[in-house]
Amino acid sequence: MIARVRLFANLVQYCPGAKVGQPFDVELAAGGTLADLIAHLKLPRDQVKVIFVNGIGAPPDHVIQPGDEIGIFSPIGGG
Amino acid sequence: MWFLRVNMTDRTAKLEEVPDQYKNLGGRGLTSSLVAAEVPPLCHPLGPNNKLVFASGIITGTPANTSARVSVGGKSPLTGGIKEANAGSSWAQDLPSLGIKALVVEGQPKEKGKFWGIHIAWDAAAGKPKVEFFDATEYAGKDLYDVFPKVYERFGDKISIAGCGVAGEFKYGNSGIVFNDMSKRPSRYAGRGGLGAVLGSKGLKWIVLDEKGSPGVPIADKALFEQGRKKMNDALRTHDITKPKGGLNTYGTAVLINIMNEAGGLPTKNFSSGRFDQAAQIAGEAIFEGNKTRLGKELYNHACSPGCIIQCSNTWHDKNGKEIASCVEYESDWSLGANCGIGDLDAIGEMVKLCNAYGLDTIETGATLGVAMEAGVVPFGDAKGAINLVHEMGKGTPMGRILGAGTGMAGQVLGMTRIPAVKGQGMPAYEPRAVKGIGITYATSTMGADHTAGYTIAPEILGVSGKQDPLSPEGKAALSRAFQATTAFIDSSGHCLFIAFAILDIASGFEGMVEECNGVLGTNWTGDDIVKLGGEILKKERAFNQAAGITDKHDRVPEFMKTEPLPPHNQVFDISDAALDSVYGEL
Repeated sequence: MIARVRLFANLVQYCPGAKVGQPFDVELAAGGTLADLIAHLKLPRDQVKVIFVNGIGAPPDHVIQPGDEIGIFSPIGGG
Repeated sequence: MWFLRVNMTDRTAKLEEVPDQYKNLGGRGLTSSLVAAEVPPLCHPLGPNNKLVFASGIITGTPANTSARVSVGGKSPLTGGIKEANAGSSWAQDLPSLGIKALVVEGQPKEKGKFWGIHIAWDAAAGKPKVEFFDATEYAGKDLYDVFPKVYERFGDKISIAGCGVAGEFKYGNSGIVFNDMSKRPSRYAGRGGLGAVLGSKGLKWIVLDEKGSPGVPIADKALFEQGRKKMNDALRTHDITKPKGGLNTYGTAVLINIMNEAGGLPTKNFSSGRFDQAAQIAGEAIFEGNKTRLGKELYNHACSPGCIIQCSNTWHDKNGKEIASCVEYESDWSLGANCGIGDLDAIGEMVKLCNAYGLDTIETGATLGVAMEAGVVPFGDAKGAINLVHEMGKGTPMGRILGAGTGMAGQVLGMTRIPAVKGQGMPAYEPRAVKGIGITYATSTMGADHTAGYTIAPEILGVSGKQDPLSPEGKAALSRAFQATTAFIDSSGHCLFIAFAILDIASGFEGMVEECNGVLGTNWTGDDIVKLGGEILKKERAFNQAAGITDKHDRVPEFMKTEPLPPHNQVFDISDAALDSVYGEL
């Protein structure tokens, strides 16, 4: 199963070659969750704050579906 | 400490002892209380009966970190209701250091076309501040970047400056009060609600403070204050968003562009979509990377005011490494960028600088330009056309004056139906149809559409203080009410609202804020008292608005948001009128 992933803020530093907001494909076993994806990408768990799947916030146990567009953010704020 | 009353009818000043009922107030709590008590709600905002009140926060001027905030209050020419706008600046610290708890500007000169300044310094012999008036007409009609240095040249490097630009002189509904930043730029604004026009209507161009030799802010219980200060300091230095090289210090507030776009809540092309296809190239990450490329090194952000340890103010540079503007905030980046369909950071930076130069509020400017673009004045995406329109506002051409009146008024003149405003004030950078709680805040706030009044974005988008589904209407009225009440207190404390990211997640940080205030005032407030005190401020503001003719029926988002589904989630604003009315009905 292929998941399309984009990383934001400081998360690109953990994935060599990744650029902020630029999508890349990740192959995962069927039934894989967002937590599996984070482990696969070797993102520090405490630096993953908010995950969107197709523009909707999703928890780490969300089961990824083929074609899902996933955006991952470290802790950020503003105003 | 004193109240300093400056009467612009006869250009006199007098000091008053602070009445007991005001002694424990500061910032927004003090400006709103004085406006509610002294300004006739039905007065014309630009007439002699309106007053403009400046009050720094309870702890401002002490060693408390990230606390150099000053509130400015009056009746708003934009909304017709009460207004409080606040800014971070050394000016905020200097006012209470001079012993001035509130500065109240009253009356109106009879002379037309003349402007004055006031210079306030410490008179050691008399043991009180001394006020002198000076003719400031020579500074009127000019770019603030040109005249700020002349004011420093005249009064010395150590002063702080408040004032208005040409937008205030033209008495635009879109005009802010300018304050100096740490590098003497005219770039820190109490921007919203047209208070620059109130200053301009009183013929007052500058309020110059020189705190040399002044006694500073008294602290009733130094040990308690210090205990609170340490707790707050620890919270700010450890939270991922507020710590050094954390989210705000690295990427600035514009880091929100990408996450709001991802959530489908980044208002685009006059609130016609929640996604902007060029969002990534104007985001905070793009500012950080762009500066790195153009300067050849990483550039972390700086403090807008003395004593701030969050330090979120950025500077955007051109291809030659020369400064274009400071600061490109999220709100400005969005309003002059995504909302206008403009994906060019250099053009956005230029417009930010022009807003600073002319004394315009960047949010109101971009929200108005979005409406004008939809009306066909210039096309969406036309950066050059947008820049020209900002110049028209600065020059006071007929089109510039229409746009300077603000989003609601300009939209009406241009015959538009999609006018993103509440109570006449343009909406900030979060789409109510995609983030329901912030829509409730926009609709019900005493300030008109104002994101800072109850920033439910924290739990709805950022995962701060828990997580809530932004698309769900459930429980959002109560959420907005709680945020509005707590915010009214934070805006009174003197702390920057961004401390909320840390203290919502770190309980000891919240305790620290309460202890800092108790330490300064000698009070025994608890955490629960804070929320109650915030609620009381909201009630005073609400009562003023009701007496000014603003009713429950004005606590609504524009009709198009209830009928036009917003892409990509195709949501409408589905909060019932009863839920909106419950925000203040159950306060």
